[in-house]
Amino acid sequence: MIKVKSTGLRGAANVCSHNGRNPLTAMFACDETVLGQGYAIYCLFEDCHAHDIQVVRAQFEMDEELKYESLTPLFPAAAWYEREIFDMFGIEPLNHPDLRPLVLHESYPEGFYPLRKKVAVDANIHGEREFKIATAQGEGLFEVAVGPIHAGIIEPGHFRFSQAGEAILQLDAKLFYTHRGIEKAVEGKTVDEALFIVERICGACSIANTLSFCQAVEKLSEKSVPRRAWVIRTCLAELERLYNHVGDTGNLCAGVGFTVPNNIGARLKELLMRCNEQVAGNRFLRGMIVPGGVLFDIDEEKRNVIASTLDTVEKEYERLVQILSEQDGFLNRVKNTGIVLKKTATDLSMVGVGARASGFSRDSRKDLAYGIYPELSFDVITEQAGDVYARLLVREKEVRESIKLVRQILELINSEDNSGLRAADLTYRAEEGSWGISESARGSDLHWVMLDKNQKIYRLFVRSASYPNWPALPVALHGEIIPDFPLVNKSFELCYACLDR
Amino acid sequence: MLKLIEAIFAGRIQTEDIDTVGSKQFRGELNCNTAQCDKCGECLQVCPVSAITINEYNRPIIDYKRCVFCGRCVDACAGCALYHSNLEALPEILTGSSVDVGRVTNIRPGRSLHVRHLDAGSCNACDFEMGALSNPLYDLHRFGVSFVASPRHADAVMVTGVVTRNLEKAVHMTYEAMEEPKVVIAVGACAAGGATYGETYAIVGALDKVLPVDIFVPGCPPRPSAMIVALLAAADLYLERSKSMGNK
Repeated sequence: MIKVKSTGLRGAANVCSHNGRNPLTAMFACDETVLGQGYAIYCLFEDCHAHDIQVVRAQFEMDEELKYESLTPLFPAAAWYEREIFDMFGIEPLNHPDLRPLVLHESYPEGFYPLRKKVAVDANIHGEREFKIATAQGEGLFEVAVGPIHAGIIEPGHFRFSQAGEAILQLDAKLFYTHRGIEKAVEGKTVDEALFIVERICGACSIANTLSFCQAVEKLSEKSVPRRAWVIRTCLAELERLYNHVGDTGNLCAGVGFTVPNNIGARLKELLMRCNEQVAGNRFLRGMIVPGGVLFDIDEEKRNVIASTLDTVEKEYERLVQILSEQDGFLNRVKNTGIVLKKTATDLSMVGVGARASGFSRDSRKDLAYGIYPELSFDVITEQAGDVYARLLVREKEVRESIKLVRQILELINSEDNSGLRAADLTYRAEEGSWGISESARGSDLHWVMLDKNQKIYRLFVRSASYPNWPALPVALHGEIIPDFPLVNKSFELCYACLDR
Repeated sequence: MLKLIEAIFAGRIQTEDIDTVGSKQFRGELNCNTAQCDKCGECLQVCPVSAITINEYNRPIIDYKRCVFCGRCVDACAGCALYHSNLEALPEILTGSSVDVGRVTNIRPGRSLHVRHLDAGSCNACDFEMGALSNPLYDLHRFGVSFVASPRHADAVMVTGVVTRNLEKAVHMTYEAMEEPKVVIAVGACAAGGATYGETYAIVGALDKVLPVDIFVPGCPPRPSAMIVALLAAADLYLERSKSMGNK
C-alpha cells in the first residue's frame, strides 16, 4: 500500500496507473476518525502483470479541510467514484467536471453525509436538495423522460433522452433508486451477520458478491480455505454465470421483439435455475458460500443433476445460437448498434462482457488468478467491434467456456477426496483493509473490507461489475434511436441493485 | 425461417401444472419436531431478521413475512428439532376475504387480472422470478393474468423489495394512478417483512408502511409457483371487490 497525504493523491495515483496501463478498479473513502486518523481516500489500481491490486491511500488529517484535487481529468473512470464520495462523505474533489449528486436523491437534505461515523445508521433526516438531470438545450431539441417505473419487469432507473429528431443527442441516467444503505447497514455487524446481507445485495450476482466478500475477509485470517471448498465455490460461480448468460441471450432478443429465441432462452434459464435449487436449495444459489469455505458438498446425486442439465442446455443453446446467426433481420438490428470503442472502454476502466466485446481483454479469473482458476483450462473471449452483436457473441462463447469449466470441476469433485469443507472459527486481523475480487457474469466484482478490534465490520465497500460499465451506456447510445435503447441496454445487462446498494 | 419453425416444434409441450413442492434440497416451510426441542432459544439468536418467536406452549412460531429461508436456525438447532420441508410457504391474504389460497390454481374461465410490477428497492431476485412467470414452463397467460405497461391499466400491483427513500414517491404515485378497486401484492421478505437489511437512513420499511397490503408472498425470493398462487388469489380477491362495489 502506498500512503500519501491528501495533497499527494493525484501524483501517486498517476504513478500507480502506469500511464493509464493499470486500470482504476475502484475508489472510495473511509471515515477513520474513530481510529484517530481522520478521513482517507483509497484508490485501487489493477496490475494485470503482477496479478495484484495496488492500493493508494490518501490521508486527511483530523482538522484538515476535506478537499482534494479531482482525479477525473486524469482518469475519466474516477468521475462516478468521486461523486459518490462527495455524496456519502462530503469530501470535495476540486475541479471535478460534473459534481452533481449521484446516490442521494431529492428527499435528502444538503450536507447529509450518511457514511460518516457520527451519523446513525437509521438516521431519519428529510430535506430537499437539488438533483439536476443533464439535458441538451437548443432550437428544435426536445426531451423524452422514461422511468423510474418502467413498462416491463425491470429494475428502476430514470432515463432522460435529449433528442435531435430521431437521434439521441444526449442521455442522462438517474440511478441509485434502490439505494438501501447496505454499506452502512453492515457496519458494526459480525462477518457472519454481514454475509447474510451481502448475499442479498443483488439476486443475479449473489455468488459473486458472497465470494468477493469471503475472499476479502479470509485474507485477514490465518486459516486457509480447504481445496474442496474452492472447487465447489468455483462450480457455483460458473453455474451463476451460465444461468445469467443463457437468460441474457434470450432477453436480448426481447429487445427486438424476436419471441422464439427469447422463449428458448427463458426456458433454458429455467432449467438452470431448477438445477441451482437442487444443488443449493435456492434458485439463486444462496446459502452455500460462507467465510472459510462452503456449508455443504455437491454429492454424486447433485453432480448427476448438473451433468444432465448441462447436456440438455448445451444442445439447445447451440440451436439458439444458430438461429440467431442466420436471421438477417435480427443481425441488421444488432450489428453496428450501440458501439463502445476500445478507447472508451479503457478510459472508463470497463469490466466484463462490456469490456471484452470492445477488445479490452479483462477477466479477473485470469488477471488476478484467484481460487483454483489457474489450474482450469478456459479461454478469455474477446471481440473487437464493441457493438450489441459483439457483446452477444462474447456471451455465446462464454457459455461454452463455462460449460467446459463446470465439466472440469465435476471431474475434480468426482476424483478428489473430500478434504473438508470449511475452516472453522476464523479470527480476523483488525484495522487492516483487505480486498476480494471475483468475476461475476457482468465482470469483476470487488469488495473491500476493514474490521474493528471487536471483529465487527468497520467499513465495507462494494464495487460491482455494473458500476464501471453504467457510464458506458450513454456513450454507446450517442446518435442511436430510442427504439434501440432497450436493445443496447439489454446487451450490457447491468444490475441496478448491485450498483445502488 | 425453417429453422425457427423447427425450433418451435422441436420439443414437447413444455408447460407444466403449478406445483408448490420444491426439490429435495429446497429450503421451504419450517417445521418443528417439538418432542426434540430443548427450548434453548438458539434459533431466536441466529435469525438475522427476527422472524422467530416462542409461543406459550414453547413452540417456535415463524413469521413468514420476514423469514428469508436462509437455514441458519436449522443449522443452529441443538436438538435438530427445526427442519425445512420442501413445501413452499404459501401466500396469505391479509384483508378480509373468502378466497381460499389453497384452491386458486384450478384454471377457471372468466377470470383475469392485469398486473403492474413495481420495484420499490429490491435486490432483483424477486424481479427475475417474476420475469420467469412468462417463460414457457409457467406460461402465466393461460391463467388469464398478464403484466401491463402502466398502473392506469392495472387491477393489481405486485411490489418487490423494501421501500427505499429514493423510491417512496414513485410507489405512492404508482398506487394513486390505479383505478379502484385495486389489489396490492407484497412479494418476498423485503416487501412483506422489511427486515432484510435492518433499518437504515435509506430505507422507509416494509410495503405496509406506505400502502395497504392485501396479499403477501413469503420467500427470498419466492419461487415462481408461489407468485402464481398469489396472482390467482389476487384475481379472485379483485372479483370479490368488484362485485361488492357493484361493477359486475
